Amino acid sequence: MAADDAIKNHAAERRLFLIRTVAASLLLLILIGMLIARVVYLQVYKHGYYETRSQDNRMRVEVVPPVRGLIYDRHGNLLANNEPAYRLEIVPEQVSDSVKSTIARLSKIVNISEADKQRFYSREKQTPSFRGTPIRLSLTQSEVARFEVNRDRFPGVDIRAGLTRNYPLGKYASHLVGYVGGITESDLADVNKKRYRGSSHIGKAGVELSYESRLHGYPGSRVVETNAAGRALRQLDMHPATAGDSIVLTLDSALQKVAYNALGDQDGAVVALNPNTGGVLAMVSKPGYNPDLFVDGISHANYTRLLNNPHKPLYNRALQGQYPPGSTVKPFMAIGALETGVIDPNKKVWCPGYITLPGSNHRYRDWKRSGQGWIDLTQAIERSSDVYFYKLGMKLGIDNIYRYGSMFGFGQKTGIDLPRENAGIMPSREWKHGNRHLPWYPGETLITVIGQGFMTATPLQLAQAVSEIAERGHAYKPHVLKAWKDPQTHTTTDYKPKALPPIELKDKRHWDIVINAMKGVVDNPHGTAHYYVGQHLKYPIAGKSGSAQVAGLPQNEVAPDLDSIPHRLREHALFIAFAPIQHPKIAIAVLVEHGGGGSSVAGPIARRVIDSYLDSLPDSKTLQVNYSGNKSKTDS
Amino acid sequence: MSTTAHERPATLSAWLAHWRIDVQLFAALLCCALLGLFVLYSASGRSEDVVIDQAVRVGIGLFAMIALAQVPPHWYRVAAPWVYILGVILLVATLVLGDAAMGAKRWLDFGVVRFQPSEISKLVVPLTIAAYFHHRSLPPKLTDILVAGVIMAIPVALVVRQPDLGTALLIIAGGGFALFFAGLRWRIILLLLVLAAAAAPLVWFNLHDYQQQRVLTFLNPARDPLGAGYHITQSKIAIGSGGVFGKGWLNGSQAHLDFLPESDTDFVFAVYAEETGLFGVLGLMAIYGFIVARGLFIAIKSQDTFQRLTAASLSLTFFFYAFVNMGMVAGLLPVVGVPLPLISFGGTSMVMLLASFGILMSIHTHRKLLAT
Repeated sequence: MAADDAIKNHAAERRLFLIRTVAASLLLLILIGMLIARVVYLQVYKHGYYETRSQDNRMRVEVVPPVRGLIYDRHGNLLANNEPAYRLEIVPEQVSDSVKSTIARLSKIVNISEADKQRFYSREKQTPSFRGTPIRLSLTQSEVARFEVNRDRFPGVDIRAGLTRNYPLGKYASHLVGYVGGITESDLADVNKKRYRGSSHIGKAGVELSYESRLHGYPGSRVVETNAAGRALRQLDMHPATAGDSIVLTLDSALQKVAYNALGDQDGAVVALNPNTGGVLAMVSKPGYNPDLFVDGISHANYTRLLNNPHKPLYNRALQGQYPPGSTVKPFMAIGALETGVIDPNKKVWCPGYITLPGSNHRYRDWKRSGQGWIDLTQAIERSSDVYFYKLGMKLGIDNIYRYGSMFGFGQKTGIDLPRENAGIMPSREWKHGNRHLPWYPGETLITVIGQGFMTATPLQLAQAVSEIAERGHAYKPHVLKAWKDPQTHTTTDYKPKALPPIELKDKRHWDIVINAMKGVVDNPHGTAHYYVGQHLKYPIAGKSGSAQVAGLPQNEVAPDLDSIPHRLREHALFIAFAPIQHPKIAIAVLVEHGGGGSSVAGPIARRVIDSYLDSLPDSKTLQVNYSGNKSKTDS
Repeated sequence: MSTTAHERPATLSAWLAHWRIDVQLFAALLCCALLGLFVLYSASGRSEDVVIDQAVRVGIGLFAMIALAQVPPHWYRVAAPWVYILGVILLVATLVLGDAAMGAKRWLDFGVVRFQPSEISKLVVPLTIAAYFHHRSLPPKLTDILVAGVIMAIPVALVVRQPDLGTALLIIAGGGFALFFAGLRWRIILLLLVLAAAAAPLVWFNLHDYQQQRVLTFLNPARDPLGAGYHITQSKIAIGSGGVFGKGWLNGSQAHLDFLPESDTDFVFAVYAEETGLFGVLGLMAIYGFIVARGLFIAIKSQDTFQRLTAASLSLTFFFYAFVNMGMVAGLLPVVGVPLPLISFGGTSMVMLLASFGILMSIHTHRKLLAT
């Protein structure tokens, strides 16, 4: 070592070191220059870009979905309610492992069924991966607590508090109130998509559908600062959502239940209108269904069960069902005949058990095989004489039948504020030519005038038509909307009923003739409904029964005993009525599918609904049959 | 020195001189470490615990620095080979007994302190090479170069086994700087660089999966924006969004909202750049530059081969740390686990860096006043 030291050239080594130091310093300066260039590039040249990236990182605009308006009946009872509910959502982008294993781990602390998983996977496909998709709806309190404790183990999984729709009246008003369900692509085609960002549900049926745009409200937004895990840390800006307006319906829940129960175990429909306004007091289609099933997405099994049910619970008989109205059209045809002057109401007409048309031996039978004998118009309506009306129809002709039928709304949608209404058929020469490419045959006039043949009507149309009689041509358009209620201020804005084009008769006494005859149907001992409806009348009722043939009877055959016919071939039973006669408060149409006799089956249902409704009115006493003005005076 | 040990120093500068503290170096280091405490307070999400921890380490480091400054430089020359051997033994012990963190065994736990023995090697390898060359004539002959190579290779091999590629590279850098300053011929430097380039594929296939990922990600961060590229993407967003003036202290959203991982350790520079902007970055570079320049100045002024090589290679190593860290965070270099000197949260790095400056101070303050 010492020897080596001796030969060191210190001056040369010093010089060498200096050169190296200068070289190193140059290298340092170059490296520092590169670093500064890089930082200047990032902080000056690309600053705008990274500034945006940083803001995007930090801030997220969230849509605040509006609270849906509630639905009330006329007395303030809730028909559709929002209940708080907790759902568990997974944001696929943010889970730590795979979505599948997260669900597997989650299922150890909350109950996750196969149906939940199926719904999740089908919805997940339609949702961007940075958005949450619910894996469980309506968690129980203890499930919420269990998840909260384990929350750290589940990045990307979060509990969302929300509101879920429920329907206190359930099956009783399922068709009328309708339901909401998960939004689909086709739903969004008809609405302003911006309003539905952040919303999960949309009206699918009934009032929920027809007043969707107003019930829904307007979404708000909030800007939140999020951390890297996507969890909102604080709110930077907030534009609150505007809650949807609440709706008050003209419906009377109690009456709705009475009508539903009055149908018993039969399929059918009841439509009760307030003839003074056109407001729907009750609108039942039986059987109903449980609308709550649809809110969170109905399971395939449940849906199949509803679809395959032979009683067709999803079908709204009240405004979709089109039935031959049968003898219930006779009062309207009578008005037509009176107005056109083709008959004298007081003139008695010979009514045997059937008639034939010239040049044909086809027998047009009366429901009463023995015939009614000599009867006038009033008796013809009371006893529902078919032969009288065949003769009336021949004189009136199909063009006038069509004219007066249309005047009472047959063959046209009523325009009620509910979806999927059907129009029924009011046949005419044009109709038959257009639809069947055939001329009108005289025999068809005869069966049209008694509400058979091509003619069909919905129970709603019948209720509207009978309202026209009750109001002597000054009825209102049927509707379910009574008022809007502001969710914040609770101020209500009443809906103003729309008058239908008035039916002005040349002679107003024609109303009296028909109304009097309808009164006789119920309270005259010869009236068809006297036995079944007119016993111990509380309120003066005007009505008309009808039985609509489902299958044509073979020629010359006696109508067989009701019980011997298979149920599906039995006649539909119909009854239309209004009460009290002088100051009508309720107009009603009852249909019982394959019920048989209109008076015996549909009539009592109408009577029960009418009595129940009028009993509930504060001035029910003054409306009663045996009310005496003198007695009232001594009472007060 | 004019002041004798038993006289009480009259002024601060005299006091500092008495304790063999280089005022300029000390001021710059202290400045940097204090700045680091502020940065850490923000980067850690206002954690006072982190700041207190780090302050204690700064204290220990400064104490170690001053203590080491008292030791005459030739002691280091004598001690270097022995400390080198101790370091190798500890590295072997780490491989056998060490604590595994993130899949790598780097730590030794002594109950009271827990540290990375590779830090000792980082410091002592250039010293050992400098000590070896002290008695040799320079520029080094081929056998001397081979000896220096072996001195580097042993700890590097052990550190690679941990595996800790970053530290291995830093040890190579430290030893390489000593060789460079010893006057390793340019031809040989060129040859080594070519060899290194040629060996790169070989190294590549021996890299661990995560190491390969890091390199690939460096080459194309967009390749895997949520996985391996996430660090670098978020760190570039942090730096870039800082702009010229920065978002202000405690206002860097990238770190505070957890977008930036390891924001108080290896990626603290991104937080600093986000909050203080270009001005802050240039300021920090100026402090680092001053420290390195002062170190090289001390090297030039020093009086023998060991001191020169030690001072110069320690200074350059310090620069290298700073450059690699900032280059990595700014996306110029692949991600290797190198802390930002004097600022990143971490005890071993802080204490060892300050200790190395203690050696520089020792070299500078023990000069004999003689004309050369």
